[in-house]
Amino acid sequence: MIRKDGEPGWAAGLRKLYNSVVDEPLPDSFDDILKKLDESDDG
Amino acid sequence: MTADRQTTGNQADEAFRRELLATLPHLRAFARGLSGRPDYADDLAQEAAIKAWTARERYTPGTNMRAWTFAILRNHYLSELRRNRRQTDLDEGVAERMLVMDADQEGGLHLSDMETALLQLAPERREAVMLVGAGGFTYEEAAEIADCAVGTMKSRVARARAELNRLLNTEPDPQAIAKRNAAMRARARRDAGEPQTAPAAKRNTG
Repeated sequence: MIRKDGEPGWAAGLRKLYNSVVDEPLPDSFDDILKKLDESDDG
Repeated sequence: MTADRQTTGNQADEAFRRELLATLPHLRAFARGLSGRPDYADDLAQEAAIKAWTARERYTPGTNMRAWTFAILRNHYLSELRRNRRQTDLDEGVAERMLVMDADQEGGLHLSDMETALLQLAPERREAVMLVGAGGFTYEEAAEIADCAVGTMKSRVARARAELNRLLNTEPDPQAIAKRNAAMRARARRDAGEPQTAPAAKRNTG
């Protein structure tokens, strides 16, 4: 499907895919790196 | 080191850390688009963040943290792909398809049509369309991240778009494409501070 502005329909889908991940809360697996960055202040 | 210099260093680290943390969601999204594997993408994002933190003294405050960390992530991803290729004696395309198949089988994932189509692109084209089409970088910024010429980046994006059009069954409208390309060229020239001529259009060989 081509939109009026000439952009194919998937282009919005691509941005949506990207933004959906950006908007997710960071998963628990990121706790370690957050801790590491926190602790780096002490070192 | 004097106490003043120590304090200044701590403040710089703290500013860097805040900016890096704010970039983490974008690193995840970029890695997800590159690899198509959520768990692997999270590993890539974390490894890139640690590399960025370790190299923080090379970052110039006030420049583009997202672009800087994306370059770190893509270099790490490509080196992982090359390492995988050496280990398995397979070409990159095969190795990547295997990675995707593993993710699909192990995790029971259902990739969207968009994700499936993305993963059928050559890595450099996938990266290009992720940077420009999803991440919102200019061609110049994307070329710097991918360490290639701006013309090469434009060509990769154009080819990726054509492939996605084909894969996702969207018929390109030639008039709309010409109009969009003209607007993009004008934007790129404006971004680059170039005069309003278009010699690059004749060299789009990619």
